[in-house]
Amino acid sequence: MKALAAVNDFVVKFANVNGSGSASANELFARSILRMGVPVSPRNIFPSNIQGLPTWYEVRVTEKGYLGRRGGVDMMVAMNPQTWAEDVQEIEPGGYLFYDSTKPMPSSAFREDINIVGVPLTAITNATYTDARQRQLFKNIIYVGALSILLDIDPEEIKKLFGEQFRGKEKLLDSNVKALNLGRDWATQHLDPGLVKLKVRRANSVGNRIFVEGNNAAALGAVYGGATVCAWYPITPSSSLAEAFQAHCKRLRHDKESGKAKYAIVQAEDELASIGIVIGAGWNGSRAFTSTSGPGISLMTEFIGLASFAEVPAVIVNVQRGGPSTGMPTRTQQSDLLSCAYASNGDTKHVLLFPEDPRECFDFTADALDLADRLQTPVFVMTDLDIGMNHRLCEPFVWDDKRAFDRGKVMTAADLDAGKTFGRYLDVDGDGIPFRTYPATHPTKGSYFTRGTTKDEFARYSEEGAVYVRNMERLQKKFDTARKIAPQPLRYSSPKATRYGVIYFGSTSPAMAEALDHLEEAGSHVNALRVRAFPFAQSVEDFIHEHDKVFVVEQNRDGQLRSMIMNEFTLDARKLVPVLHYDGTPITARFIAADIAKKLAQFKVVPFEKAAS
Amino acid sequence: MTYIAKPKLHHPSLVKNKAGYTRRDYEGAVSTLCAGCGHDSISAAIIQACYELDILPHQVAKLSGIGCSSKAPTYFVGASHGFNTVHGRMPSVMTGANLANRDLIYMGVSGDGDSASIGLGQFAHIMRRGVNMTYIVMNNGVYGLTKGQFSATADKGSVSKKGVANSDESIDLVSLAILMGATFVGRSFSGDKHQLVPLIKAAMAHKGAAFLDVISPCVAFNNHAGSTKSYDYVREHNEALNRIDFIEGREEITTQYAPGTMTTVQQHDGSWLRLRKLGEEYDPADKIAAMKRVQEGLAAGEVVTGLLYIDPTPKDLHHHLNTVEAPLNTLNTPDLCPGPAALDKINASLR
Repeated sequence: MKALAAVNDFVVKFANVNGSGSASANELFARSILRMGVPVSPRNIFPSNIQGLPTWYEVRVTEKGYLGRRGGVDMMVAMNPQTWAEDVQEIEPGGYLFYDSTKPMPSSAFREDINIVGVPLTAITNATYTDARQRQLFKNIIYVGALSILLDIDPEEIKKLFGEQFRGKEKLLDSNVKALNLGRDWATQHLDPGLVKLKVRRANSVGNRIFVEGNNAAALGAVYGGATVCAWYPITPSSSLAEAFQAHCKRLRHDKESGKAKYAIVQAEDELASIGIVIGAGWNGSRAFTSTSGPGISLMTEFIGLASFAEVPAVIVNVQRGGPSTGMPTRTQQSDLLSCAYASNGDTKHVLLFPEDPRECFDFTADALDLADRLQTPVFVMTDLDIGMNHRLCEPFVWDDKRAFDRGKVMTAADLDAGKTFGRYLDVDGDGIPFRTYPATHPTKGSYFTRGTTKDEFARYSEEGAVYVRNMERLQKKFDTARKIAPQPLRYSSPKATRYGVIYFGSTSPAMAEALDHLEEAGSHVNALRVRAFPFAQSVEDFIHEHDKVFVVEQNRDGQLRSMIMNEFTLDARKLVPVLHYDGTPITARFIAADIAKKLAQFKVVPFEKAAS
Repeated sequence: MTYIAKPKLHHPSLVKNKAGYTRRDYEGAVSTLCAGCGHDSISAAIIQACYELDILPHQVAKLSGIGCSSKAPTYFVGASHGFNTVHGRMPSVMTGANLANRDLIYMGVSGDGDSASIGLGQFAHIMRRGVNMTYIVMNNGVYGLTKGQFSATADKGSVSKKGVANSDESIDLVSLAILMGATFVGRSFSGDKHQLVPLIKAAMAHKGAAFLDVISPCVAFNNHAGSTKSYDYVREHNEALNRIDFIEGREEITTQYAPGTMTTVQQHDGSWLRLRKLGEEYDPADKIAAMKRVQEGLAAGEVVTGLLYIDPTPKDLHHHLNTVEAPLNTLNTPDLCPGPAALDKINASLR
């Protein structure tokens, strides 16, 4: 029978029961390979559940550094009887099924075209441990031990990781090493070392990159960017962002002498209150942010409109997920673009940033705090579950020592005393951005009353049509300023000239990079543009005009980015070809390359009449 | 309302307070509310209170929601910043503003629709967080700007101008505020300036969540027979438990009163409240008794007014969060950004 053979290039998927303690064992597996210098890209696929429902952890081992989800499974570690049938089905022909062979299984439970690796995990565990919880937890470590033999993972790396995890807790360290060795010893004694032809070989492909979750990175970006107020409401997949902010602040933001906090975090009663608190703090001159996901955005929408019209800085990190209610929401999507870009009543448009990985989550969250102050408006950081809640290998964080917060146009008491004219909504520089004052700036000058729409350049109440129009035109001018100062698109050109282009953004990035390599290898040349912000830079329109057809790759059903491009530019919509993936799993290079190749083939088909003539 | 602009020049004989301001310096724009509106009387009481407290006008931050009452902040303390937010959500904006700068005096102005209907959730939560503020509800039991619909504080059985009886139970904001943890709770009547001004002053001196429910008749839509928020009804049913005198400073009160007619309460900032009892024994520092008395009043159809509950040593949100003394909005890059060296360490821990 065929047996898949690969070195440093395969996918292992763990099928577990939620709450069984598998997550830390699976992460240990991924990290040990990383420590051998081989990049890995792990992904959690988890239910809306604390205990009992199926959960998966997929590890892509990729010396080439393709960090997107590949698709397909080369080895399944099937630890969940509930999902056995579908798990077995998912294995590539010639792949491997690793299972707990304590109980004999009927041959009908297996497939003939896959290789079976049975390890009596329950039997080993029960022979060693009496405590039920210990049995459950150490069973996970035992399978990591057995896998380390089969895949050639260096046990010393695993032991080092234990040492870091259980520093100062020698008892835990010893018991974990013991469990690891139980699995290794059993596999050495009972299994043919050549049974599994997927191998890990020490390499040097990780470099100085870091391994971090996007939510953790964004939270750190908020610390570095100077956020002092955070208000949030628990919602998967964004909760860990606010929690990480709290953890970072505890270490980095307490006054050394007094021990007091240079930040304030409020877990609000709902998302309406979260954004209200952020807006109140922004109005009063503190940098503030909230983290949320789609349903939270829906609730915040009225406030977002107020902040836009009243020109109050606010940062909203939206860790996107599937649609409403529960279940699908613990899966990833890029489906809140329209609801964020045009959130609220009246003519509203907002600034969105699209980070591709944790490094950009860090950069863009810090940048968003500057942009919000500079533009005096809400700024969204549009991440998603795939980036936010998975460890991703990325470039280390960098901070320029000379960088100071850009607090934007703030008029001080000295400015007012010097006789500068203060009109809260007066465009003095031609960029659409007025000056503001913080409350209590000056005893007699610079105070004003903040309202939504109904005001003139000097913040006086006015319901006059012409005054309203002037203000709306200034806000449009400000939006055009945002177009220039937000992160610009990045272009990746094919080595050969081509009439085809592709536009993509956010978490699609690693899968797209890999798909472009596949397409190039197959002789299909495509230029690529990664959009990093809305409003779109002029270069987005130029890119589209440069090509006959432009694929727009997105993780939603309605082609939301494509709609926004059509909305913002004057274009022939037929030029923009949607490539859409939205089943809740992260998009794969295989999907993108296949879909684009199929569509390219259709474009290249010579029409029948032409061929016949 | 009047269309006559207020003169900008003040008469030189106007008396200045210790801060160097005349009473007129605490005024705002000309009111656009209906003539006789209770809200204008409350604005006048706020102006009087700020003047008497020698507050620097720009140190006040005024926040409101949406509705007639929420327009009121334009009509007092014009030299301060104000924020007309969205309907029912002023409490969260005020919470955020307070977090950004703990040094200002926060004045939240809302109405019964804004706080008891659409904003009931935020009303409850700002009280339980202990935001240092004075939260005033101008309570008329009716939606004015949308022309006369019942609000959630309209009493069950009270009759609208169109003759419809309200069948829903009313929400008593005073009971709710005490229950939710407000540390200063009072009720007054827009037509009783002598009771209202000292209550506002005491509330502003209170270093915690202070709430005042001020019955404020709507002359356009809720001042008829059958209304329980009309001038006539409130005057007839006003059951004042006490009258307070607000005394600044830390000196002990020496004036002698007949035994049993007066109690004093010292607030955390050192100011004194002298409570003149009106009839019955009532201790506003006793939370359980306060809740009981308010409920008895509701059952009897009384409008129980006065200082209903006070915790003289409140803890506010900044205390709970252990924030630094300097306002957060004064902290800048060197205070807040941990810098590249710390980042290198973090990078190293993530490999």
